Amino acid sequence: MSIAESNGAAQTLQNASTLKSEERRESLTFFGLSLPAVLVVLIVVFLPVFWLSSLSFYNAAGELSMENYARIFESPLYRRTFVVTFQISISVTVICVLLGYPLCYWLTRMLDRTAAILMIFVLVPFWTSILVRTYAWLVLLQRKGIINSTLMKIGAIDEPLQLAHNLTGSIIGMVHVMLPFLILPLYATMRGIDTDLVRAAVGLGSSPRGAFWRVYFPMSLPGLFAGIVLVFILSLGFFVTPALLGGGRVQMLAQRIESTITVYSNWGAASALGVVLLLLALAMIWLMNRVFGLDKLFMR
Amino acid sequence: MEQVGQRKIDGMWLTVVGIAVLFFLILPTLIVIPISFGGATFLEFPPRSFSLRWYESYFTSSEWMSATKISLIAAVLTAAIATPLGSLCAYGLHCSAPRIRSTAQILVIMPLVVPVILIAVGVFSLYAKLGLNYTLAGIVIAHTALALPFVIVTVMSGLQSYDFDQELAARSLGASRAYALWTVTVPQVKFSIQTGAFLAFVTSLDEVVISMLVSGGDNATITRRMFNSMRDHLDPTIAAISTCLIVVSVAALIGVQLIGRSKNVDN
Repeated sequence: MSIAESNGAAQTLQNASTLKSEERRESLTFFGLSLPAVLVVLIVVFLPVFWLSSLSFYNAAGELSMENYARIFESPLYRRTFVVTFQISISVTVICVLLGYPLCYWLTRMLDRTAAILMIFVLVPFWTSILVRTYAWLVLLQRKGIINSTLMKIGAIDEPLQLAHNLTGSIIGMVHVMLPFLILPLYATMRGIDTDLVRAAVGLGSSPRGAFWRVYFPMSLPGLFAGIVLVFILSLGFFVTPALLGGGRVQMLAQRIESTITVYSNWGAASALGVVLLLLALAMIWLMNRVFGLDKLFMR
Repeated sequence: MEQVGQRKIDGMWLTVVGIAVLFFLILPTLIVIPISFGGATFLEFPPRSFSLRWYESYFTSSEWMSATKISLIAAVLTAAIATPLGSLCAYGLHCSAPRIRSTAQILVIMPLVVPVILIAVGVFSLYAKLGLNYTLAGIVIAHTALALPFVIVTVMSGLQSYDFDQELAARSLGASRAYALWTVTVPQVKFSIQTGAFLAFVTSLDEVVISMLVSGGDNATITRRMFNSMRDHLDPTIAAISTCLIVVSVAALIGVQLIGRSKNVDN
């Protein structure tokens, strides 16, 4: 009896360990299925970016040094680039919040079907090439463009405003590109908010405005924050729109990196700028992961 | 009473802002369409006459046509490579241990997180060593890496809502793992896979920064040529090309939706 019992226990143990090793093997096989995709990402993204980063630690003579970093933080040219980059990224993010938040809030008060139809107005630009939209803004904002001519016709201005080929143009064009990135996560969060809570607050004597700011707004913060981080990261490294709408007068980090390589062939300085940009982006992503959870991207 | 009035004013204010923002988003996106049909010999908005001259200038230019061909081929190849690789990866990650999964997830979404200018410059210098600059293969490989996260995220979210026990049932009834995957799981997440393929196609078609550095010569993509042309002047031919690009993207999107729907009806 007791022998049979101990036999049974040994059997169970053995089964358990076999099952466990099977499971481990299976898990490895599954990871093997992911390997081709992981390899492509490693070779195309990680390898070149690591190599580029390593360049930043060598000076022109090929010795290990921090010269490149000293240069990009001391030279007024590069310092100006950092200032402009932050100036534009912060302005774009703030304007996106001011435009996007009321829109999302307005959409959540619609019937589901109406809101779904109105979302097409957000999704069509989202899926339209950035070049196409930048071209449109170049046309709209030019000296004799429709915005200037309308403003002059109604007598708001006497001289055409300089809207394109400068900071203003870059910011307007970038807000247009970035706005959907703020709207999509924010709207998803707002749709999940139980509005009965706001009604309950009003029922308990709060003013509608007080209920909005103290009940609704805090609940929308995770989505708002995700949108803000997304817009800010994308703005920091943005190339196309400021390169075209800035008319060469606006040099953000990405354009400075490109011109440092293609015009001056200065790989050391360019890679140091690149490392700073990468660290900024990764810090933002880390922050977003802490507050919002990157896993949400995978709908887990 | 006063509160009701206040609420009405708030509501009106909200409606005005909401409508204004929607117009701000949609109008500049669509304005290229009227510009592309303008009849004047220069860029005119709003156009005063109608013509197809800009389409003619697009379709008769051998440079624009070859760039269009390169971009379409690159986009189709990117979708053809990134879709199976990404779908397999999504399936593999979905089934593997949570620890492996979360690490690999972060790894494969990196192409979305790392600023694309860095990938472009890095790939440019890597390709310089491998002789891949200005080649179609080079464009496709780089675009595949950019497109993979879109395929993986879409397919994984499709697998999320799929009841995995169905595959287990098929296997317990004697189907091999691969057979069960192919005949039971794949058909059920088909729509996610198609959406992923669409995203991969559009990612490649619209990509500017990598194409700008890595493509060129006979293998210049349409976005590279458009970018360079827009740096110089405002050629209305770009409006005609843009309209065609919008049409291609919308057609691909509708195609995916229709295939998805008809397959669902069949089942």
